[in-house]
Amino acid sequence: MANNSEVQTIKLTAKDYKSDQDVRWCPGCGDYSILAQVQRTLPDIIEKEKAKVVWVSGIGCSSRIPYYINTYGFHGIHGRAPAIATGVKVANPELDVWVATGDGDLLSIGGNHFIHTCRRNVDLKILLFNNRIYGLTKGQYSPTSEKGKITKTSPYGSVDYPFNPISLAIGSGATFVARAIDVNPKHLQEMIKRAGGHKGTAFLEIYQNCNIFNDGAFSLLTDKDTKDDNILYLEHGKPMVFGKDLDKGIKLDGTKPIIVDLTTGSFTKDDILVHDEFSAEPILAMILAHITDDPAFPTPIGVFRQIQKETYDGAIASQIDFVTEKRGKGDLKKALFGANTWEVN
Amino acid sequence: MPEVKEKKIETLSDVTVRFAGDSGDGMQLTGTQFSDTTAWVGNDLSTLPDYPAEIRAPAGTLYGVSGFQLHFSSSDVNTPGDVPDVLVAMNPAALKKNLPELRPNGTIIVNTDSFDPKNLKLANYERNPLEDDTLNGYHVHEVPITSLTKNALEDSSLSLKEVSRCKNFFALGIMYWLYNRPLEKTEEWLKIKFKNKPELAEGNIKAMKSGYNFGEITEIFTTRYKVDPANLPKGTYRNISGNEATALGFLTASVKSNLPIFLGSYPITPASDILQYLSNYKNFGVKTMQAEDEIAGITAALGAAFTGHLALTSTSGPGMALKAEAIGLAVMTELPIVIVNVQRGGPSTGLPTKTEQADLLQAFCGRNGESPVCVIAAQTPRDCFYQAIEAARIALKFMTPVILLTDGYIANGSEPWRIPDIEDLPDVHKEFRTEKEGFFPYIRDENLARPWAIPGTPGLEHRIGGLETDDITGNINYEPDNHDKMVRIRNQKIQNIANDISDLKVYGDDSGDLLVLGWGGTYGTLKDAVHLARKNGYKVSHAHLRHINPFPKNTKDVLKSYSKVLIPEINLGQLASLIKSEFLIEVEQQNLVRGLPFKTEDVLGKITELLGGNNGK
Ligand code: SF4
Repeated sequence: MANNSEVQTIKLTAKDYKSDQDVRWCPGCGDYSILAQVQRTLPDIIEKEKAKVVWVSGIGCSSRIPYYINTYGFHGIHGRAPAIATGVKVANPELDVWVATGDGDLLSIGGNHFIHTCRRNVDLKILLFNNRIYGLTKGQYSPTSEKGKITKTSPYGSVDYPFNPISLAIGSGATFVARAIDVNPKHLQEMIKRAGGHKGTAFLEIYQNCNIFNDGAFSLLTDKDTKDDNILYLEHGKPMVFGKDLDKGIKLDGTKPIIVDLTTGSFTKDDILVHDEFSAEPILAMILAHITDDPAFPTPIGVFRQIQKETYDGAIASQIDFVTEKRGKGDLKKALFGANTWEVN
Repeated sequence: MPEVKEKKIETLSDVTVRFAGDSGDGMQLTGTQFSDTTAWVGNDLSTLPDYPAEIRAPAGTLYGVSGFQLHFSSSDVNTPGDVPDVLVAMNPAALKKNLPELRPNGTIIVNTDSFDPKNLKLANYERNPLEDDTLNGYHVHEVPITSLTKNALEDSSLSLKEVSRCKNFFALGIMYWLYNRPLEKTEEWLKIKFKNKPELAEGNIKAMKSGYNFGEITEIFTTRYKVDPANLPKGTYRNISGNEATALGFLTASVKSNLPIFLGSYPITPASDILQYLSNYKNFGVKTMQAEDEIAGITAALGAAFTGHLALTSTSGPGMALKAEAIGLAVMTELPIVIVNVQRGGPSTGLPTKTEQADLLQAFCGRNGESPVCVIAAQTPRDCFYQAIEAARIALKFMTPVILLTDGYIANGSEPWRIPDIEDLPDVHKEFRTEKEGFFPYIRDENLARPWAIPGTPGLEHRIGGLETDDITGNINYEPDNHDKMVRIRNQKIQNIANDISDLKVYGDDSGDLLVLGWGGTYGTLKDAVHLARKNGYKVSHAHLRHINPFPKNTKDVLKSYSKVLIPEINLGQLASLIKSEFLIEVEQQNLVRGLPFKTEDVLGKITELLGGNNGK
């Protein structure tokens, strides 16, 4: 118990969340920044002791992250992290359970677990390191690679359409859905905090540069010259304006989003769509998810949606309480006897 | 009043009955009621349902026939019986499907009302078998069960459809009369079952009583039978099926170990019952997750194992194939988990409702790499209870996955079970590690088990995973020598289990001409066959393996004590190949892979063949 009080009185720092293992990603990889922001943010999110934090991952470059964070960690098998994490969380709902995963891990081999985790609203924080490529297997196209992408397994261009992860998460029922970029540390930290504070399935897509096999995949959003025109920062209650001088905005024409120019005088800020993170309807979040795929539009960054509903782990626990109260604590002898017995003398 | 002739009463020692009818005729229920009453009057018994593969096959068709077989006796019963002595056939399809299996000279009770042109056609009968020579050589009792039920319930308020649904209880009444069984157990049961619909309870009771009285007054039956109570050990008994016994075994392990159950499972025939039973026990803190697929079932359970629960997953063959990679992860992370495989006919989807023993080698080595796991097989429906406890005990003590093999035959079959005293059952437990001093995730105890340090424990934060780990520290380590060392440690840990399990027991003499060696659900048949052979003077004994990886320590000595070893299996020789490679001995095999249990006479025939026709003398 001495341990507990010690932990509660001394505020932890990023250093406390560093493990003694050497980080083995390629130099320049976007994963470094994500790890750093995670380690910086965890002390602020986790009010409890760090022994209550568990990182679960699958297979891929990103999935090495549990080894570098000094909490409990489970490096699983390809695609299964959400299922493993569900078992951890249901077994002990007191734990803060995080899933680190990649686009191949979560959306290809693990797609089934991902959608069902969202559907159940398991209280997990899922960080998708989306680099739109298979890195660990050295450069094959992934389920988020753009159609036509040339890789080792698609020398004439990939013929697959990509997944839209945000849309998939919203469609599957995730109760917190957001996006951030690896090289935007402040915003990334903010998003990690928001995800960490959410109760229910929190899905955070992080655009992550794989400088070895897919360098520059997000350069439009990260280059100084282009980023302002290509990023739409989502903020609750704020109009959706973007551009270096915030002179462009998104407006709805029926259900169709259009870009309007605020400098011509035809439109004012009042005409611009206002973001509502907490809308009960998924429509606005879906529209925003889908403009990502349209090159004419900026890419929305920030929280798409946050709603509250009962969690899976919470429902399992309260059902156990309910049945126990109704039927009394289980009596093994009674269970073994069942409904129908007879005596042999 | 017609004069009632005095009926003869004949005493039998052993009877096998099969109830057969359309899926909608309630044959499972009729059979279960007959079993419960039979157990209650003190006979030993064993039952086996035969479900149609189709869920709601069209009425009257051959593939819609549902059957329930019951073997009861005044002495020990080990199997549901090779061949029925009596067949109750509620329609032509039931007769057609089951007649080939009836004992020559056997007894048939048919519901003549259902032998109309339509039903005869559905059963592919060109002519009415009641009117030609099809049933020559059998004792046939023709009873218009449907119309007699209708007559009996003339005054009832039930609808015509409801009345017709009571006909199985009329048939049950006849059987109760024929075998001299009391009606009260079933009466009681009906009253509870239809608590809210007393008119249905009454209707069924009346139908049953009419059937009973019909037996008494009709001239169709001249003899009734008596089967005296068996000499069973004292105690409180219940009937139990293998799947329910498995579920209760895990529940017991959970209570004994003070660890809540986490069962991650995906519905699959014939294993779904385990998930269904355990989901009833929420007030024991049981957590059941009906997962999105087989893989999620086991990986979620592994997450719960990491977090300090008694982790379980239940499935059948195809599901085992899907879980293989995750079992490897359990081997590597050295987490305790029990994987139940209720075996069915394979490969692929195979024969979902039929039994087989062909997943033994899959359990042994169906994973990539050197991936040793403990393998245990249950022998009878009630043995599933004890082996579920044993599997949990070993998983926790040795921090290892354990595969528990049962099969469709013992999972669905049932038998009386003397309910044990909880205190007499084995101890199941594992302490969590809480001490910081000297902690490493892969330090080991005297059995080579690693510590169980669960998330939430301050100061013991550590990482585990599927990559090769460093001995002691558990950090990733790809060094050649470390890998070789870890492969050997994981293997040795499984071998160490041999120090902790009971010896292989022999039924019969400690040495002789032949040892019949089996595993799993063939237990009852092999025991009966050896028993009969011994009665005939053969020097033959029987041993049945529950622990297959590792084998009990005395296995080699047992095998070497007999001139020959016969291994009958419902596969092409999987245990035989393990025994041959492990002990370098010659074995005789008997293999039948028909989706059905062995018959005692099959095995007896093989014993006789091996030892010479003249009693081996
Ligand atoms: S391959 Fe790409 S994603 Fe993987 S570590 Fe290297 S740079 Fe990062």
